[in-house]
Amino acid sequence: MEKNIEQKGRQSLAFHTPPYIMASASVVGKKEGEGPLGNLFDMVGEDPMFGCESWEDAEGTLQKEALTLAIGKSEIEKWQIRYIFAGDLLGQEMASSFGLADMQIPLFGVYGACSTAGESISLASLSVASGAADYVMAVTSSHFASAEKQFRFPLAYGNQRPPSSTWTVTGSGAFVIGKDKGIAKVKGITTGKIVDYGIKDSMNMGACMAPAACDTIYNHFMDFECDEKEYDQIITGDLGEVGYEILIELMKDKGYDISKKLLDCGMMIFDKETQGTNAGGSGCGCSATVLSALILKNIKEGKWKKVLFVPTGALLSPVSHNEGLSVPSIAHGVVLEG
Amino acid sequence: MNEMQKQKYSEYVEEVTPKTNLICNMAKAFLTGGIICVIGQGILNFCLARGMDKNMAGSWCSMLLVLLSVILTGFNLFSKIVDFGGAGALVPITGFANSVAAPAVEYKTEGQVFGIGCKIFTIAGPVILYGIVTSWVVGLIYWIGKVLGVF
Repeated sequence: MEKNIEQKGRQSLAFHTPPYIMASASVVGKKEGEGPLGNLFDMVGEDPMFGCESWEDAEGTLQKEALTLAIGKSEIEKWQIRYIFAGDLLGQEMASSFGLADMQIPLFGVYGACSTAGESISLASLSVASGAADYVMAVTSSHFASAEKQFRFPLAYGNQRPPSSTWTVTGSGAFVIGKDKGIAKVKGITTGKIVDYGIKDSMNMGACMAPAACDTIYNHFMDFECDEKEYDQIITGDLGEVGYEILIELMKDKGYDISKKLLDCGMMIFDKETQGTNAGGSGCGCSATVLSALILKNIKEGKWKKVLFVPTGALLSPVSHNEGLSVPSIAHGVVLEG
Repeated sequence: MNEMQKQKYSEYVEEVTPKTNLICNMAKAFLTGGIICVIGQGILNFCLARGMDKNMAGSWCSMLLVLLSVILTGFNLFSKIVDFGGAGALVPITGFANSVAAPAVEYKTEGQVFGIGCKIFTIAGPVILYGIVTSWVVGLIYWIGKVLGVF
């Protein structure tokens, strides 16, 4: 019998009987709800605290709501879910641990900064494709206020953001992945390496992450022996305007012109002219909510047949930043097909 | 990736990263800082007119500006003023007040001792520490100078 999981090249796996994203849900904050994709999200919370006492609790609630909504939209019951792969941006993964405690489902906590959506969907798909589980979930979240508190300054502290900075998305995306037919097949994954081009500016994360995105996309093309023509869209997570331009250039240097195929979740979720978000949105919630609300919708409607989804993450910490270290980055590729 | 490639990439990033308009930012900072100073001068003049001496009027001026900044911080409005005016709002005493009040609001959820108590000076701490150290050094120089008869 042919194995379901085939190793491709150095970094990739192909699934011959692919797992499906069977259902998904997105929950966002007010600002995201006012953005260009506002009416596509399943739920927009008017209260940034989501009825909680702290930002961390609020983010946990986001995850819980997204997860519950996604299960509700699928045809399976909560008890059928074997594993959750969850992650967020907070220290010790506070949002996942506290938000999902009541669920009583076996949990793998994952961290890949803003690339966590790609990482969790990769691992979830892998567990289904390998036969380790029939139904699993991938959930990620970020919250503007808790991320500011974790990585920068208290919210009410006054400071200016440079044009290259990004705005952390308040939102959570949840995905039910399983063996039954659904919205999109996960045909394969390309797991990213840590890439560090020595940029130290944490307010220019697009420039830090673009080389990681380039590395993953390039190796994906090598491993699957394909190029950009294979895809209707290549969609990165949160490179923002600066990283987007850099990625196109870096790929050009490697001999691929992805300029006509490339979209970025961070650039789609906000309108920078009216919302003051500078280069775009970022955070684990950015790529996850855009995947759920826009990408999967377009795949379902047949607008896009095949998409390479590449969430990008800047693996900095407040400590590494203070110690003057550069910002290592990572990007995970997931092949989605209608 | 070697150092030269990193350097090259860094230069390329520098080139493609959009910059803020220095002149425009300076004008906004001048306007914002100017307005704060005018308010301060207004308070000072009012206090002097009420018969206070210069020191007392100065203290009232500082206290009222700090109060104003703390109230605006509490309503999350001060950060919006800084977003527009930058250093114009941060350099006057209003900026210092904001840097103390903002952590107090933020870390309230972590408790009176480990939250507010430990973290209230996370931003203002360096200013206080190095302010005191610098004044100590200057004081020492002044003292030595006095002993030697320079001052």
